[in-house]
Amino acid sequence: MSKIIKNGQIVEDAWQVVKLAEGETADAVTFGANQLLPLAVWQARKDEILALGAPIGVWLDSAEGPEAIAGDLAHFAVVAVNFPKFADGRGYSTARLLRERYGYTGELRAIGDVLHDQLFFMKRCGFDAYAVRADKDIAAALAGLNDFSETYQAAVDQPQPLFRRRAA
Amino acid sequence: MYRYDSIDQQLINERVAQYRGQIARNLAGTLSDDELRPLRLQNGLYIQRHGPMLRIAIPYGLLAADQLRKLADISRRYDKSVGHFTTRQNMQLNWPKFEETPEILGELATVEMHAIQTSGNCIRNITTDPFAGVAPDELTDPRPWCEVLRQWSTFHPEFAFLPRKFKIAVNAAAEDRAVIRAHDVGLEIVTNESGEIGVRVFAGGGMGRTPVIGKVVREFLPRQHLLTYLDALLRVYNRYGRRDNMYKARIKILVNALGVEEFARQVEEEWAFIKDGPATLTDGEFNRIAAHFAPPAYESLPANDTAFDEAVAGNKAFAAWVKRSVRPHKVPGYAAVTLSLKAAGVAPGDISDVQMDAVADLADRFSFGELRVTHEQNVVLADVRQRDLLEVWTLARAQGLATANIGLLTDMICCPGGDLCALANARSVPIAQAIHQKFDDLDYLHDLGDISLNISGCMNSCGHHHVANIGVLGVDKNNEEWYQVTVGGQQGNATTLGKVIGPSFSAEEVPDVVEALVNVYVENRTDSERFIDTFQRLGIEPFKERAYQGRDRKKTAKQATGEANV
Ligand code: SF4
Repeated sequence: MSKIIKNGQIVEDAWQVVKLAEGETADAVTFGANQLLPLAVWQARKDEILALGAPIGVWLDSAEGPEAIAGDLAHFAVVAVNFPKFADGRGYSTARLLRERYGYTGELRAIGDVLHDQLFFMKRCGFDAYAVRADKDIAAALAGLNDFSETYQAAVDQPQPLFRRRAA
Repeated sequence: MYRYDSIDQQLINERVAQYRGQIARNLAGTLSDDELRPLRLQNGLYIQRHGPMLRIAIPYGLLAADQLRKLADISRRYDKSVGHFTTRQNMQLNWPKFEETPEILGELATVEMHAIQTSGNCIRNITTDPFAGVAPDELTDPRPWCEVLRQWSTFHPEFAFLPRKFKIAVNAAAEDRAVIRAHDVGLEIVTNESGEIGVRVFAGGGMGRTPVIGKVVREFLPRQHLLTYLDALLRVYNRYGRRDNMYKARIKILVNALGVEEFARQVEEEWAFIKDGPATLTDGEFNRIAAHFAPPAYESLPANDTAFDEAVAGNKAFAAWVKRSVRPHKVPGYAAVTLSLKAAGVAPGDISDVQMDAVADLADRFSFGELRVTHEQNVVLADVRQRDLLEVWTLARAQGLATANIGLLTDMICCPGGDLCALANARSVPIAQAIHQKFDDLDYLHDLGDISLNISGCMNSCGHHHVANIGVLGVDKNNEEWYQVTVGGQQGNATTLGKVIGPSFSAEEVPDVVEALVNVYVENRTDSERFIDTFQRLGIEPFKERAYQGRDRKKTAKQATGEANV
C-alpha cells in the first residue's frame, strides 16, 4: 500500500490508478477492488461496474471536464483528477466545478505530478486527498497545505472572500 | 496609496518564508531545478544570461518614497547599484545572487513590497495610467480598481498555472495611457446610460509573436461584478486555452479560434453560475480601498503661478523641459512631472541607487511622498506645485533626470535585450544608444515633436515595438543580430500595429534607417501633423522606399525569417 495525504493526515491507501495503455480499450480492464478507473472505462462499462456493488473510484485526466461525470457523482467513493505535469492547471478548475457546481462531497484526490508547493492551491480548490509523487517526501510535503494563514479569494475551503470577513 | 493591514503584511511575510523554503529545498537537492522553475518565476526570479534576474512588483506603478529608498538600498547591497524599470511598471535587478534572493524578498516585505507573480503563467502585475488620480481627463481614479484586482489575483488558487502569462491593464481616462487594447484583458472604466459605473472589457489583445488588438467581450460590466466576471473569463481560458504549443497559448489565440462572440458567450455562460455569489464586490470593500487613495492635502492655489510663468519666459532650457515633461493636473496650481530615464548614454529605464534616493527625496519634498513608474520607463511625480517646478527641474537636472525628451524620438522604450536577457535574439540597448547619439540635438528633436520609437530584443516584445511609430525588433539569422523595422504603430485609443517595411537591417544601419524615415516625415509634413499623421496620410511606400535607398540588400541583409512572423 502506498501513502497519501488525506484530510491533512498521512494515511495508508489501497486505491490503485488503472490506466489504459496506448491503443487499449475499456474492455481490456479486469475489475478488482479499489480501482480508480479511467473516465472512458466508467463511461463504457457503467452497468457492469455498478453491478459489482463495490466502492467506485474514477479519475479524470486534465483535458476531461467534470461535466462528463456530473450526473454520476453519487456513485463515487473517490474522484481523482490527474495533473500530468504540475504546470497543467486545468485540474484546479475541474476541482472547483466538482465541488461548487456539481455538489460533489466525496473524496477528491489529486494524482500525477502532485508536489509540495501545489497543495495549498489544491486544498483551496476543493481537493482533500493528495497522492504526492512517489519519489517525494510526503511528510515534508504535508507542510505545503498550510503555507498561508489567510486568503483573499473565495474558494471551496473558504467560500467568503477576505473582504466579506475583513470588514467586521 | 494603499497601505497594508496586518493580514496583507502577514501574507507577504508568509510568502517570503515559503520562498525561502523552496530555495533551501532546491539547494538541498529535494526540489529539482525544473520543479523550482515555475515557483521561482512566480516570485520574479529568472535565470538569465549572466545569472539570476529578480523582477520586483510595483503594483500599478505606484511607489512611496520609502519604498524607492529601500530599492536603492537593496540595489547597493545586493546588486550593482542600479535598477531597471520595465514596461510593466516593475523593477528588475540584473545582478542579484541566487542564494541571496530570499533575503532580498525579506527586505522588500519590510516596506510592503514583494515579487509575487511578476513572471510565470499566472495573473501578472496589474498596470494602469501613471497619471491616475491627477489626470484632468479621467472619469475616476483607477487605482482602487487596480488594488481590488491585485488582492483578487494574489495567490488566486485556480489560476496559478494558466496556459500562459496573463496581463491585465486598467484605464479610466479619455486617452488610454495604459495600452489596454494590447493586454490579455483590458478594462476601461466607463459609466452606462443610467450613470452606473463599471468597465468595458476587452480581451485577447497582446503583443508578442502574434500581435493582436483586444476585442470587446462585454460593453458594460457593473463594478460589483468585476471579480466574478473575471473568474468566469479566466476559467474559460484556463480550461480551453491551448497548452500544446507555448506560442499559441495566450488567450488571444483562444479568442481568435473561437471568435470573439463565441468566446464572450462561453464566458457569460460560465459567469451565470457564479454571478451574484460571495465574490461579488461590495461597496464597503471598494470604499475601504478607495479611502487609501483619497486626494492628498492640496493647497488652494491660483491656476497660474506668476513666478513659474516668468521662469518659463526667461529660461529656454527650463521652458523646453516644461513643454515636454510637465502635464496639467486636476487641481489648480499643481502639475504632474515626468522625470526622464532616457538620458544619452544610459540604458533606457535604468536608474542608479543615487538617482533613486534623489527621486525619493524629490517625492518627499514636492509630491506628497509618492511617485509612479510609467510603462514608457520613466518616473512621474504626480503632485508638484507649479511654483516648485523650477526647483524640481534644477534638482532633477543635477541627477541627469531632466532630459527634455518626454514623448520625443529619444524617449525610447527599450527592453534589456541581448546584453542581459537570455531570450534575446539581438541586443537592444546599444541600438537605443546609437539612435540617441545620432539624434542628440534637442532643438531638432523638439521640432520633430511626438514620435515613439520602441525596441525589443526578440518577438516577446517587452519593448512594445508593435505599437510604436517606429518599431525595432531584434531577429536572429544564422547567429547574427539583425533588426526588423516596423512603421505606423501607435498606442492609445487608436492603438495600431506597425507594419514591417521589409528585409531587416544590420545594427550599424538602424540609426540611418531611422533618420531616413524621419526625413520623409520632415519633407512631407503639414504644420499640424505629427509623424504618425503624415504616415497615415502617405502610407508606407515612401517610407519603405527611402529606408532602402542606396542599400544593397543582397549583400547586407536577408528577408526576415519566419520566426518573426509566426
Ligand atoms: S523582448 Fe525579448 S529580449 Fe527583450 S526583454 Fe523581452 S524577452 Fe528579453
